[in-house]
Amino acid sequence: METLNPLVWNGTEPELWNIANEVVDPEIPVLTVVDMGIVRDIIREDDNITVKITPTYSGCPAMEMISTDIKSAFQRKGFSNVDIEFVLSPAWTTDWISDYAKDKLEKYGIAPPPRSTADKNAILGKPKEVRCPQCKSVNTVMISNFGSTACKALWRCEDCKEPFDYFKCI
Amino acid sequence: MSNNSNAALLEFVIRLGDNNLILGHRLSEWCSNGPFLEEDIALSNIALDYIGQTRILYTYAGTLDGGKTEDFYAYERFEHEFTNALITELPNGDYAHSIARQLYYSVFADLLLTELMKSKDATLAGYAAKAIKETAYHLRHAIDWTLRFGDGTEESHQRMQKAIDDLFMYTGDMFATTENEKSLVAAGIAPDVHSLKAAWTKKVESVLKEATLTMPDAATWQMQGSRTNRHTEHIGYIIAEMQYVTRAYPGNKW
Repeated sequence: METLNPLVWNGTEPELWNIANEVVDPEIPVLTVVDMGIVRDIIREDDNITVKITPTYSGCPAMEMISTDIKSAFQRKGFSNVDIEFVLSPAWTTDWISDYAKDKLEKYGIAPPPRSTADKNAILGKPKEVRCPQCKSVNTVMISNFGSTACKALWRCEDCKEPFDYFKCI
Repeated sequence: MSNNSNAALLEFVIRLGDNNLILGHRLSEWCSNGPFLEEDIALSNIALDYIGQTRILYTYAGTLDGGKTEDFYAYERFEHEFTNALITELPNGDYAHSIARQLYYSVFADLLLTELMKSKDATLAGYAAKAIKETAYHLRHAIDWTLRFGDGTEESHQRMQKAIDDLFMYTGDMFATTENEKSLVAAGIAPDVHSLKAAWTKKVESVLKEATLTMPDAATWQMQGSRTNRHTEHIGYIIAEMQYVTRAYPGNKW
């Protein structure tokens, strides 16, 4: 069983959070929706479960699938009354992705977001050091801030010459 | 909340949604038509951000409007019912024109959202806190390309200067306000959009200067209309294309 993201789990209802933790991100299957900080709260009232989730990017097309997947995960465990509620605030940030999850990202081949750089000034400022997930060099350049999904940018390693995805901080 | 203030809030939320929807639609026209792959993807991603923000705003509007759906606002209103800023409905033109529009609009959006984050309306404040980070990426992109075009080749400089000059007359419309909006400002719900103009001008000026481009004359005549639902001739074509399928198959679900 995967550990529950300590940056996000509020310590309540571990059984329910572990069910949510079985749902993986459709685009990045090494991360769970709890790893990503997408699940904000899980409330049980008798037989009714409410899972509060927050969208990563406003237009993220994976959110529909994630909602469906979370519902299915709970229904498979016998909970028939599951509601998904979207919450906007506080705004989702990559700061909620745990170090453990970031390691998983890097092993998968996606350069993880750095810590505590989610404010707008950091985004507008100079790019941070980004480590190549293949050869670990920091001699890397950004090709485009807009990559294969809303959350990723496209970078290239100048040493091993491989392109790679970078999980943008936001 | 009184009926009047509810109507004012609804109007404001719809306006924000309309800006995002129309500009998102225009940018989506670059999808598969971009100059090269990375920019095709960049504009498509930015369009996706706008459409996502539209969904958040229209969903909120629906809760203030007797339960109407997001689809209602996007697909069941006519041109004169849309309240988007005129600059968002202009044709994409060449890449310089699209980038100039992104520059003008993103500087505006960044300033607006910075203030909107302080809104006493929790949903709008929450929306703004989220949207401002996405907007930071849009702004970074617009500034980078403005610099590249302005301080580029002779042709790119000419095209970019023309784009800056062509679009300037539509920028004033972004800062117009209505009586309803004034009541929202007084209630701490909406920022005073008009007051953002000075900061906008300063920021745009500094980017253009660095790009070796000339800031258009501040006295340039400004086309107005979004606050009185008077659009350019372009809105009709956008609405016709965007709404064709839902109007051809009314009530259908996908």
